[in-house]
Amino acid sequence: MPKPKETVSKTIVVALALSIVCSVVVSAAAVMLKPAQVTNQNLDIKTNILSAAGMLTPGMSQKQIESTFSQFQVRLVDLDTGEYVKPEAVGVKDPMKYDQYRAASDPDLSEKIPPTKDMAGIKRRPDVAKIFVLKENGNVKRVVLPIHGYGLWSTLYGFISLKGDANTIEGLGFYKQGETPGLGGEVDNPKWKALWIGKKVYGQNKADPEIQLVKGGVSPDAKNVEHKVDALSGATLTSRGVQNLVNYWMGERGFAPFLKKLRQGEV
Amino acid sequence: MAEVTAKQVLFEPILNNNPIALQILGICSALAVTSSMSVTLVMALSVILVTAFSNMAVSLVRKQIPNSIRIIVQMTIIASLVIVVDQVLRAYAYEISKQLSVFVGLIITNCIVMGRAEGFAMNNGPVLSFLDGIGNGLGYSVLLVVVAFFRELIGSGSLMGITILPAVNDGGWYVPNGLLLLPPSAFFIIGLIIWALRAAKPEQVEAPDFKLSRHKVKEAF
Repeated sequence: MPKPKETVSKTIVVALALSIVCSVVVSAAAVMLKPAQVTNQNLDIKTNILSAAGMLTPGMSQKQIESTFSQFQVRLVDLDTGEYVKPEAVGVKDPMKYDQYRAASDPDLSEKIPPTKDMAGIKRRPDVAKIFVLKENGNVKRVVLPIHGYGLWSTLYGFISLKGDANTIEGLGFYKQGETPGLGGEVDNPKWKALWIGKKVYGQNKADPEIQLVKGGVSPDAKNVEHKVDALSGATLTSRGVQNLVNYWMGERGFAPFLKKLRQGEV
Repeated sequence: MAEVTAKQVLFEPILNNNPIALQILGICSALAVTSSMSVTLVMALSVILVTAFSNMAVSLVRKQIPNSIRIIVQMTIIASLVIVVDQVLRAYAYEISKQLSVFVGLIITNCIVMGRAEGFAMNNGPVLSFLDGIGNGLGYSVLLVVVAFFRELIGSGSLMGITILPAVNDGGWYVPNGLLLLPPSAFFIIGLIIWALRAAKPEQVEAPDFKLSRHKVKEAF
């Protein structure tokens, strides 16, 4: 052996050279691909919002998604008062940049939910939520609200879309969930999601949300049929979770103050 | 190990020396990512690329690597490649990278990659090592795709997301078998494949670790 490879200096040189080469490769990949990744993430969120609002047709191009989405105004809502807040109040310039799920773990921007009130099983709630408003001729035609809550295995994240009357459901969809495939995972089934369209969140007095997931199917002449949705078969706990999370977010500690103002035309 | 040809290196691992079926390596990801074909194909492609290029890179520098730090050198090369693959997937195949989630990162711990770097690339030239990486990656992929074929077809009645057997939930007649969508079902399928493979090629059957000895004690009459 002309050059022994087992000397200390050689070991250090090889380790150093390798570290430098590898770190250059890794950081180059990360930096160069960052723009494409950010575009993908934004596009993904927009796709989910459009899909919940029923405005997504299969095979839409990136441009079409962008332009359809641009009809929406992104607004931030204080959940307690139900009023719009300026993006600066939560420390961002562009409301789209606000992340309410990150805010939920920041003690300054969120509050702990008392366990007795925590139907959705989410423990903390951000003070401010990011919503998407579609206006037509100055009137609110559609609002898309973020909802999340615990199912059986996982927290389900999604959006619910309401008509301008702040009561009629136009669509609902979850973009992140880890429920049992084939059972609770059927929350993603388009057939099931279609059952929500046209259901009413609130009853006559417009106070508490009354959404119910009913086992065994909803007959058209059942009492309060406008609040009832067929539960997922074989997924009692996921269905219960969905019912609770929808009612939580439509309730007093969720978007009810905002929706009340919306009905009265105050926001 | 002197006389290995390129063809041998490339095709041996697919049936005769399959990393999953014979060496039982890389089972963890085989359970996790095989519930749909499209996700499996992307995972398989990623593993092929990582194994091939890490093998080549390790082989290129094999004469420089001091013995005392060779494992960590291999790990660093593999980890860098895996991060690059992960970044590329996130940029160009976002939907699939979301479904693969952590499993792309876990290619680092896939025993096949490490095993080939240490077992083959350290002693062979770069071209042969590259082919060996592709071969072993293919062996892994073939098995994964077969598992995914059965899991997706029986579990959701579709292939590559295209409906083959219309499921009851979508108004068809086929009642999907939910078990096939859960990870344990991959164990059954891999087990059956190993059984079939070893029945066809009895030389793959391992010698038993121990034998029952003959019963020697006389029964009382």
